Amino acid sequence: MTDAEIRALILELICEIAPEADPASARDPDDLREVFDLDSMDFANLIVAIHDRTKVAIPEADYNKLFTLGGATAYLRDALGQ
Amino acid sequence: MSDFKMPALGADMEAGTLVEWLVRPGDRVKSGDVVAVVETQKGAIEVEIFQQGVVSNILVPVGQRVPVGTVLAQIDGARGAALPPSIEPAIAALKPAPQVLAEAPPRPIVAAPSSRPKITPAARRRATALSLDPTVIMKGTGVEGSIRLADVEIYASGAKLAQRPAKKGLDLSQMRQAIAAAMSRSKREIPHYYLTEMVDLHAASTWIERYNAEKSPVERILPAVLFLKAAALALREQPQLNGAYENGAFTPASDVHVGWAIALRGGGLIAPAIRDTDRKSLAELMAAMRDLVERARRGNLRSSELTSPTITVTSVGDRGAESVTGIIYPPQVAIVGFGRAVARPWVVDGRIESCPLVTVSLAADHRVTDGHIGGLYLAAIARLLQEPENL
Amino acid sequence: MNAPQATAASSRLTYREACKQALREALLSDPRVFLMGEDIGRYGGCYAVTKGLLEEFGEERIRDTPLSESAFVGAGVGAAMAGMRPIVEIMTVNFSLLALDQILNNAVTIPHMSGGQFAIPLVIRMATGGGRRVAAQHSRSLEGWYAHIPGLRVLTPATVEDARFMLKGALADPNPVIIFEHVMLYNMEGDLPSDMKEIDIARAKVRRAGRDVSLITYGGSLFKALQAADALAADGIDAEVVDLRVLRPLDTKAILESVARTRRCVIIDEGWRSGSISAEVGMRIAEEAFFELDAPLRRVCSREAPIPYAAHLEDACLPQAATIVTVARELVRPS
Repeated sequence: MTDAEIRALILELICEIAPEADPASARDPDDLREVFDLDSMDFANLIVAIHDRTKVAIPEADYNKLFTLGGATAYLRDALGQ
Repeated sequence: MSDFKMPALGADMEAGTLVEWLVRPGDRVKSGDVVAVVETQKGAIEVEIFQQGVVSNILVPVGQRVPVGTVLAQIDGARGAALPPSIEPAIAALKPAPQVLAEAPPRPIVAAPSSRPKITPAARRRATALSLDPTVIMKGTGVEGSIRLADVEIYASGAKLAQRPAKKGLDLSQMRQAIAAAMSRSKREIPHYYLTEMVDLHAASTWIERYNAEKSPVERILPAVLFLKAAALALREQPQLNGAYENGAFTPASDVHVGWAIALRGGGLIAPAIRDTDRKSLAELMAAMRDLVERARRGNLRSSELTSPTITVTSVGDRGAESVTGIIYPPQVAIVGFGRAVARPWVVDGRIESCPLVTVSLAADHRVTDGHIGGLYLAAIARLLQEPENL
Repeated sequence: MNAPQATAASSRLTYREACKQALREALLSDPRVFLMGEDIGRYGGCYAVTKGLLEEFGEERIRDTPLSESAFVGAGVGAAMAGMRPIVEIMTVNFSLLALDQILNNAVTIPHMSGGQFAIPLVIRMATGGGRRVAAQHSRSLEGWYAHIPGLRVLTPATVEDARFMLKGALADPNPVIIFEHVMLYNMEGDLPSDMKEIDIARAKVRRAGRDVSLITYGGSLFKALQAADALAADGIDAEVVDLRVLRPLDTKAILESVARTRRCVIIDEGWRSGSISAEVGMRIAEEAFFELDAPLRRVCSREAPIPYAAHLEDACLPQAATIVTVARELVRPS
């Protein structure tokens, strides 16, 4: 998957959790939780959704690497690249 | 001659019982002397007189219960306003008030068994077969308002209906109005008292980290799960925070169904019940919370989930304020709030260390409990959170 | 009024006539059968049940007795012990009180005390019930008292076919049997299938099948229950009417099956409610069908007072169809 595809996937999964969200409003350095008003349950559900879709099981210790759109994209790129 | 009247020994006192006279007719009294002992709802109180003179008549005998303002005795030569002669015969003619207020029967804290919902045997059996709780059916159509078979069948089919895909869009403005009405009423009618406690989360957060490390994403639990379970289990120690206050009496609930406060996207707040919260495992609680959040946002909750909470817990999560103190949802009698877990300097074994802490708050109905009970409850939560493996 | 529809292969007759035909058949088929009672011979019977039998069968077999219930019931006990098949008529249940000792201490107990050496195949017929404006001493329903006694079989025919054929079964029973004939039923007409030869004396019968509430009753109250069922049907409530037919031994199975179907029950009993057969039926339902119930058990009985003489007071005292309707409706559609 290209970075663009990964980014699009992340935003798609976020939009399922936050249906009123506008994906275009997120930039790479933005904290996804702030931009999309995700609480801890929402974030946990996002992790589950990513796992369901990509089979990548992100350990809890790595959560903080996925707080930003850029960080999440890079993390998944590395995880899927393996 | 002036009157020594039954004083109001508290703002809400309406009557008191004269249990002892410490003076007799003929005794000289001065301002500040204790002349009688009066029994009130707050206990036996020594009553001082603020006149001086000689006790001339005792008008209310020992054992009599009289309203505040009743003349208890007359003091001669007292430096109060001298009464015009025309009034004195009238005062002399004042008979002590007879047992004006009949002793009110003590309000039972535990309501009489007749307040249990009436359910016919057939209805109860059917509900069990359907894994439904018939007591959430608010109104039975059977004899004497009993819940009967037909009510259970309708409820069961309604629950099935509720599982169909929801219509799009919740009416948020209506919800706002409903919340406004409920919260206004709560603030108007319920005398709230507030307590907070800071709880050391070191054990809990370490435990969660280890637990989640070996679980797949969908099985991992949030700290809120531990908060919820601790709040539910602690109610077993302080059951007077769990139940409903209605028609002037508190009925403790036989089970713990915690209303879990969920913020809806775009505004709006709802607190549907997680049934038997204290008996669910952490994994079951996480699943229940996840399911409720999803259905709450879809507008797909069952009426029983909205009417059956016995207490409410609100947890702001990791992006909320440091502490949250709620407003009780009537007819519940308490609401527990968990703030954001923060790292703060804390004294551990005499040393200052960084420690994860959470502020737990309790807002409770002072008609049912007081700060002592509330404090014990919060202490129980704090204690339970030190042993997360036992939750 | 409450018998099966008339067909080509059935005859129409009154309850009284059915009773008489039953007696006639018994007298004709078994020489050991004879009748005893007050005014049954020359007078033809207080309710005209035995009219004409004296002329047909003679004084030996149709015996007018003195006004002494204890004596002639005792004679019946003796005759039965000696191998006869006496059918003793006690004019009404009210007078049977004078023969209680003979019935309970002799007829019922001798087989037990003799270790089975003596059987007492005695049949006693009694008129029972109120509605004839004959006042307190002549209007009671004491079937429930007799149903209390082990060793007795108690029958309450309420239909023409039961009146016609229960006697035959009673005569075949080696133990004492009491047959209660409600005074208001004698003039009732019904249809009798021509090919019917006998009937059981053990089971209750569902006279009207229904889904919403069971009306359980016996004897003279049966037609009131059926009237009530019609009125309820007009109101959209489907009542089941169960005729107990036998008060001892009670057909508990039929009672429980009915309640399991409808889940609601009203018991109609012309006796006074306290300690009555309705109490027994209700208790058996509570014991064995508790979890079927979707409403409390109810009963309609006579008001607890000596049965009045004045017509309007007697009517107010005895169970009426309108009361049954009200009570049943309240169970199905609580207000």
